[in-house]
Amino acid sequence: MTVAEHAAKYPEIWRRFSPRMTLIRYAWYLGIVAVAVWSISNLDLPWFYFLDAHTQALDLAERMWPPDLEFWQTLANPLLETIHIATLGTIFTFVIAFPIAFLAARNTTFNSATWFIGRLILVTSRSVNTVVWGLFFVAIFGPGPLAGIWAIAFRSIGFMGKLVAEAIEEIDEGVSEAIEATGASRLQVLVYGILPQVLPVIYGTAVYRWDINIRESTVLGFVGAGGIGILLYSSINQFQWREVSLILLSVFGVVLVSEFVSALVRQRIS
Amino acid sequence: MSAPQSHTASAPPRWNRLRMIETPALRYGLLILGVAYIVWSVGVLDINWHRISTGIPRAGNMFSRMVPPDFSRWSLLVKGVLESVQMALAASFFGMLLAIPLGLCGAGNLVPRPVYLVARIIIILSRTFHEIIIAIFFVKIFGFGPLAGVLTLIVASTSFISKMIAEDIENMTPGQLEAIRATGASFPKLLIYCISPNTLPRFLGVSIYRLDANIRHSTVVGIVGAGGIGQVLAATFSRYDYDFSLAILIAIVSLVFLGEFFSSWVRGYLR
Repeated sequence: MTVAEHAAKYPEIWRRFSPRMTLIRYAWYLGIVAVAVWSISNLDLPWFYFLDAHTQALDLAERMWPPDLEFWQTLANPLLETIHIATLGTIFTFVIAFPIAFLAARNTTFNSATWFIGRLILVTSRSVNTVVWGLFFVAIFGPGPLAGIWAIAFRSIGFMGKLVAEAIEEIDEGVSEAIEATGASRLQVLVYGILPQVLPVIYGTAVYRWDINIRESTVLGFVGAGGIGILLYSSINQFQWREVSLILLSVFGVVLVSEFVSALVRQRIS
Repeated sequence: MSAPQSHTASAPPRWNRLRMIETPALRYGLLILGVAYIVWSVGVLDINWHRISTGIPRAGNMFSRMVPPDFSRWSLLVKGVLESVQMALAASFFGMLLAIPLGLCGAGNLVPRPVYLVARIIIILSRTFHEIIIAIFFVKIFGFGPLAGVLTLIVASTSFISKMIAEDIENMTPGQLEAIRATGASFPKLLIYCISPNTLPRFLGVSIYRLDANIRHSTVVGIVGAGGIGQVLAATFSRYDYDFSLAILIAIVSLVFLGEFFSSWVRGYLR
């Protein structure tokens, strides 16, 4: 049978989708494009800025090169402060998120009211960005690293609490029941039945969040909450672009190292 | 039956609970190190305790000025929120589009080594820097306003989605790729008939998740002048206009909540 004969005998061509499905799919595409076009046109973007964008970018790159290596001495302390803010913030989170996670998990909470309160705390904490928390705590504590630590902690509580609460809800009930059957109190069930099952998750999430927090704490300085961000902001405002490029390089290095460390630790834990 | 008996004989009389780190020396060593770190870092940090001790009454004062939230300037609020949402939508759309080529180039089993390396470096570079740092640069190049914000969010979403695509393609079973290649399919056909059915569901899921993340981030890029509700929020804080700040914060929290709800609804529907 030649190809032509074959085609004559079996006229249908195989298609992945039926016409109806294709139509629905294109309707979705059209809808998505329409939403995008509506957003872009309503934003009223000044497109002519693109005309000289490449010269601006080149000019900036030229002024940033080479990095001002002398600046290293001024840089070292704020960089260390950034790491401290992230680490201490994560430690605070660890302490605070722990009880809240137990409140927000259905099987360890006291009643539906406490469950709702736990969930509410977690949602509020997560919805507000670290930098916005930073604005808030700078207004309370004044500029400095303490505001940064609290900002980091308050944003991370929601993240850690949510993941830990989910882990608590997914534990093997048999273990805690067995411990309950020995006549253990609620606290003992918690310590001997539930805790050992969720501890790896808790440590893993904390380390993961620490690595995110390092990245977040590099910008807290823009609102005055300590760390390398303060230096970056002032260097940008003084147009010291060669200092800026050294700061960016060091931030890049710290973030990469923290990501590597966090991945290594998490691998060891699980 | 000899095994359990010998077990009983050799087992310690007291049961000890399982620990994360079995060696006590290492366990307590790490604990001591941790405490030492806290003491050292708190000592090193430049903390003005006097200023902080006045913080608690200040916080009380701030709260009393925040409550009740002032929604009287709702038109400004709605305008800012709408701008944030539009920034997030536009950025997610372009991020999705740009992520496809970058993600394909970042898949080690599809493209030659140099292309792979370049794509991966782009992804790592744009993921390392926080959105706000990127936003500052776009504000310098494109001036104040939502354009800088949209571009920032596009960079962030592109790197995020393309990393997911690249990982998905690399985790594909090689058999399917080989089968389609064996039929003599060209690269575009390989994309349509092998890679897209494999990665599309997760790609859409990740993109929807990114939309939700973009809504959250669009509320802060404004702090460095890149448009959206964040710009209004930063202004109210610097003017001590706290009752309006609380109104904006409530609006942001409910917006993020809605976005998260929408995102989980769509992802459930996709599954």
